[in-house]
Amino acid sequence: MKQTVSHARSRRLYDTAMVGLGGILLLFLVLPFVALVFDGGPEAIWRGLGCSLTWPALRLSLATTLVSVVLVVVGGTPLAWWLARSRWRSARWLEILLQLPVVIPPAVGGIALLLAFGRRGLFGGALERLGWTPAFSAVAVVMAQVFVSAPFYLQAAVQAFGRLDPSLLAVARSLGASPPRLLLRVALPLARPWLIGGAAMSWARALGEFGATLMFAGNMTGKTQTLPLAIYTALELDIHTAQALSLLLVSFAFALLLFLRRFNRGPEVARRLATQ
Amino acid sequence: MNHRTIALVGLIAAGSMVSFFAVRARGGEPREVVVFAAASLREVFQSVALTFERQHPNTKVRFNFAGSQDLRVQIEQGAKVDVFASADWKHMKLLTTQNLVSEPAIFARNLPVLVVPKNNPAQVRSFADLPKVTHLVVGAPEVPIGAYAETIFAAAGKLYGQAFHQQILARVRSRELNVRQVLTKVALGEADAGIVYKTDALTMPDKVQIVEIPATINVISEYPIAVVAAAPHSDLARAFVKLVLSKEGQKTLAAAGFSKVEGAK
Repeated sequence: MKQTVSHARSRRLYDTAMVGLGGILLLFLVLPFVALVFDGGPEAIWRGLGCSLTWPALRLSLATTLVSVVLVVVGGTPLAWWLARSRWRSARWLEILLQLPVVIPPAVGGIALLLAFGRRGLFGGALERLGWTPAFSAVAVVMAQVFVSAPFYLQAAVQAFGRLDPSLLAVARSLGASPPRLLLRVALPLARPWLIGGAAMSWARALGEFGATLMFAGNMTGKTQTLPLAIYTALELDIHTAQALSLLLVSFAFALLLFLRRFNRGPEVARRLATQ
Repeated sequence: MNHRTIALVGLIAAGSMVSFFAVRARGGEPREVVVFAAASLREVFQSVALTFERQHPNTKVRFNFAGSQDLRVQIEQGAKVDVFASADWKHMKLLTTQNLVSEPAIFARNLPVLVVPKNNPAQVRSFADLPKVTHLVVGAPEVPIGAYAETIFAAAGKLYGQAFHQQILARVRSRELNVRQVLTKVALGEADAGIVYKTDALTMPDKVQIVEIPATINVISEYPIAVVAAAPHSDLARAFVKLVLSKEGQKTLAAAGFSKVEGAK
């Protein structure tokens, strides 16, 4: 009897601790978004959306991130396919190296890009002689986005290809599938849900890219001023303008996450198919 | 995870919180005066702070250097600040009208100048050479140094003609969010020219050259300083402002390239 009382008490303690600790973190994570939506009221936000920075920045952000995500997928898929199947030891090191942009501060990425491809950069001089200066152009925006967002897709794709059942690939090969056919008709369809998930994460990261863009591409309305840069610029005008632009970005990111969620059910199905 | 582990984690969390607040509440610590100052004041205010700490034993000056607009927003949002030093009147006036600061006074003037990389690739010798550059970088119109650049360009248009004005505007490749970013782009050689404050240009003598802007088209920026109304240490705040306005403070400012302020003691 005594046993069960103390058991019930410790159970209660456990429940309180779990709800308390989790609840504090939950509130901390959610309250800033509540403030972002409700502070100042809809009128201030509506006025903010009318700011002259808004639409050029939104257009530029959508256009550049679309180009970035396409470049990341087109280049990242073969690279990930090779990395996942390579038995070469250095491939593992390369994988770690390629994850670096995820953990370095964005400004560091900007400095690195500037030192590499800037007008006085390591390769910038050669590029300029070829008549091509990426600095301060939309090309620079895309370069910054690809640099910071590619690792997200690469990681997802390497894992997806690594998870494919090797015997399945062996069977396909023994049935006479050529390497391109193996990739296009077997590996890609099986890995598709993860690839799409990785591409969406990569897109979201490109959309939020700030530090490297500011350093490398500069800040020019309509040319290099993406939404995050416009938010920072708008902060100099009025916090509600910045808030309105932030909401725009948050809604888009939220839509991307919803989309991801849909495909998260995908991997479950695909995994079951792949392991059957 | 069993219950004991959870209890342990909870204990550690609670313990660290308690010690955090205990450290904060401990008496006998040096008194702190918190100064929010425009980014362009970094070096000069740090040396003023050394003097202040010498004059007021057991006192520390803690700084937050950022764009005046960021600092103004932080003060509006209730940051605990004793002194605010702005790079222009706009943000100080916004705080004065909300009664968040009292009696601002001008303590320094600064002059926008043209800077070019040390090797001066576009061969800019005077302001009139500006159309020769391919990459011009200025501040965004929303920040003081960018607003000044606009004013200077407009005045230059009146002096050298509208074609000149159009040419310069066509050379602008980026409108940076603070003066240091403009200076960095020029120092790195990414930009062939930029407009910054003279004091900023003087911090990188081996990277950039200064080309003066003709006085007829130039503007003079004024730096106001004020004690914050809700200052936790208003006595120290007043003493800090007094030091900045004093002969000694003014000498330090002049050495950094700020122009003299008439009427400052």
